[in-house]
Amino acid sequence: MSQDGVNESRRRFLYIATGAVGAVGAVGVATPFVKSWFPSEKAKAVGAPVKVDVGGLKLGEMVIAEWRGKPIFILRRTPESIGVLKDADFKSRLVDPESSLESQQPTYAQNDTRALGDELLVLEGVCTHLGCSPKFVPEVEPQTYDADWQGGFFCPCHGSRFDLAGRVFKNVPAPSNMKVPPHRIDGGVITIGEETV
Amino acid sequence: MAKPAIMEWIDRRLPVTSAYEKHMSKYYAPINFNWWYVFGLLAMVVFANQILTGIWLTMSYVPSAEEAFNSVEYIMRDVEMGWLIRYMHSTGASFFFLTVYLHMFRGVLYGSYQKPRELIWVFGMFVYLVMMAEGFMGYVLPWGQTSYWGAQVIISLFGAIPVIGDGLTEWIRGDYLISGITLNRFFALHVIALPLVLALLVVLHVLALHEVGSNNPDGIDIKKHVDDKGVPLDGVPFHPYFTVGKMPQVALFLFVFCAVIFYMPEGGGYFLEHPNFEPANGLKTPEHIAPTWYYGAFYSILRAVDFPILFIEAKLGGFMAMGGAIAILFVLPWLDRSPVRSWRYKGWMSRTAIIVFAIAFAILTYLGGQPVSTLNGIIAKICTVIYFAFFLAMPWYTKYEKTKPVPERVPR
Amino acid sequence: MIKKIIMAAGLLFGATTGWAAGGDVHLEHMSPDMKDTVSLQNGLRTYMDYCAGCHSLGYARYNRVARDLDIPEDIFMENIVFAEDAKFGDLMKFAMSAENGKAWFGSAPPDLTMVTRVRGVDWVYSYLLGFYKDETRPYGVNNAVFKDVGMPHVLMDLQGLCSSAPHPAEDAKIDPLTGESIHSDACAGYSVEGELTSHEYEEVVYNLVNFLNYMGEPYQMDRKRIGLYVFAFLAVFFFVSLLLQKELFKDIKH
Repeated sequence: MSQDGVNESRRRFLYIATGAVGAVGAVGVATPFVKSWFPSEKAKAVGAPVKVDVGGLKLGEMVIAEWRGKPIFILRRTPESIGVLKDADFKSRLVDPESSLESQQPTYAQNDTRALGDELLVLEGVCTHLGCSPKFVPEVEPQTYDADWQGGFFCPCHGSRFDLAGRVFKNVPAPSNMKVPPHRIDGGVITIGEETV
Repeated sequence: MAKPAIMEWIDRRLPVTSAYEKHMSKYYAPINFNWWYVFGLLAMVVFANQILTGIWLTMSYVPSAEEAFNSVEYIMRDVEMGWLIRYMHSTGASFFFLTVYLHMFRGVLYGSYQKPRELIWVFGMFVYLVMMAEGFMGYVLPWGQTSYWGAQVIISLFGAIPVIGDGLTEWIRGDYLISGITLNRFFALHVIALPLVLALLVVLHVLALHEVGSNNPDGIDIKKHVDDKGVPLDGVPFHPYFTVGKMPQVALFLFVFCAVIFYMPEGGGYFLEHPNFEPANGLKTPEHIAPTWYYGAFYSILRAVDFPILFIEAKLGGFMAMGGAIAILFVLPWLDRSPVRSWRYKGWMSRTAIIVFAIAFAILTYLGGQPVSTLNGIIAKICTVIYFAFFLAMPWYTKYEKTKPVPERVPR
Repeated sequence: MIKKIIMAAGLLFGATTGWAAGGDVHLEHMSPDMKDTVSLQNGLRTYMDYCAGCHSLGYARYNRVARDLDIPEDIFMENIVFAEDAKFGDLMKFAMSAENGKAWFGSAPPDLTMVTRVRGVDWVYSYLLGFYKDETRPYGVNNAVFKDVGMPHVLMDLQGLCSSAPHPAEDAKIDPLTGESIHSDACAGYSVEGELTSHEYEEVVYNLVNFLNYMGEPYQMDRKRIGLYVFAFLAVFFFVSLLLQKELFKDIKH
């Protein structure tokens, strides 16, 4: 056993080469383990798009559907409340009135009513603060938490407030607007989970 | 090279460097290691594979009589690349046994169990024993037909024990038949209890080995001749020569392993048995029920005793023969009275005995998967006699045969 | 000794070819072709038309089958899925209840998702070719491969009904002029004529079994494809690590 006359640079090169190839192998081995954590076919089937018939939904009414285990608020808004949503003074009370945070809605809902055609709002009923489900408070009347309440959503957990388009008010714990899920409207049927092309 | 300050700091609190030196860089392995010596390393590789894939399988498996079978197919079909993880685990089970069998046979060839390595052998035997329980319980989990009826046969074996037999089988099952209750306890043992015991035993096996040092194909004690630093003249550091230096052998092994995983995951019905793709049905026994190949030898010995011996009925006799066949392996270090370790220097009787024993064991393994027939029965009986004779006659043929002189130093 | 080991290994693997239940019954050989999508589609069609009334494919999902067999969702939902309330991502469970099955056929018709893994493709293929007339049985038919099976001959419209147990030729005859195998019908005579010639019927059965073979392991194409990458990687790793090993062991040879 001796190390005389060892070609050190060749040896170092081979160590590095073997290590590099081994690292590629480690990534390869890790692949199935990482991939297996993504939603399985079963989860995808359960999370498949949900169709809701809103033909009978009256002005000012809301129904709650379920999609991927989340409550989905579907609300048909009155012309008055749509007017409020577009009002510049009202918008000045909001954190993100123009829905500029892209992750919170598809591009087709990046408008004042955050909807496809102003009337029907589709919203994930999950507060962006800590995940409670906000209460629907449609009445336009002074509330203990807001003297100038124009109707909207109020989260009982930590008092976050949102307007009737799910946009968050200033000075509440929730940081961003409630999420609009991908959806499509075909006449009286809303499909939640499928994009509008 | 000076130690980095952080290593200094750690070493004063935890003996990392000295442990690394003791077990890796300054553990001297004999220079004449041959390819037989790779199977211990390979068994470790497969063990790691089993632990990793096992943890991942547990994430999607449901241990209940109603859902177990469905959840395995769920893993195979719905979980992304779940089929690969499951095949790695099922193929790994067979390869774990394969590598361990070859590792054990290496020990027999070169007398690696002889003084002062008795404890290494005994710990190794415990590893093997726990593996058998682990493999058996693992095979029950998919809850297919082979799972169910295999469990039925194996658990019934304990019924052969006089007086307590019936109560014992009921206690093991936790029910009047094999049911979800049995499945649940086997699940707990398979995924937590036995792997923990196995890991501990492997550590003890390696610690005992590193205390006395590795044997070698010539059975020479390399610690007798050391240089002025106390380094054996016929030894080389375990790391990197037998770690990094063994990577090509590991790659070759993985070739075979992956060939099975990707191109014959059922192993022709020996690794995953065909009836196990049908859900367990307690009212319908499959036409051909056999244990997995790695229990074949002991199952053959069990079946070979199909006659009463004196006042012992056949059922109990078979059970005792099977138990005895496993138990006798434990005392191997005390049966070998030869003054030399390796079969290279033992006499013709030992050498013949080892070869005949290996063939008999292979035949028994094969017969374990075959249906009962008159001819098979006769062959199994002959091989069973050879199996026991190899051990029981060992104290005599090893003691009285003429051995060759063992060289002082490893021959170059 | 090495010879003995090889012989033992030969015995081990030689014994694996004829595992299927039934022992000494002669089985016709069929080799599945997972790349023949048209065959798989036809097999699915036959399955849904003739088998799905009684046998579920309860471990598989519609959408996976549609994706693997290149069938668009709308066509698939319209033409293949007959259950009214079935969704695209559902498991393919469509069979009768186990109690009804037991009452009608003596035992509940089994789920067939993994039938080729349990029995082997040759067995299933031969079974579907093996029905013949037997008035002593409840449905007037028996099977050469599965004696006294409870199932009626659902493909009788297509095949017709063989009047006695079919005897497939052990060796295919070869036409000395063209070198092609001459097709011979295993059935000597029919007591009910079918719509198809025996050759056409064998093709229908081939496609059906091919489809069932896909069903047993829908990921088998992935498996074989990924295997090649793994082998390529191992070859590189073997080569590089071998060079390193040779370099390291120069120390010992001195």
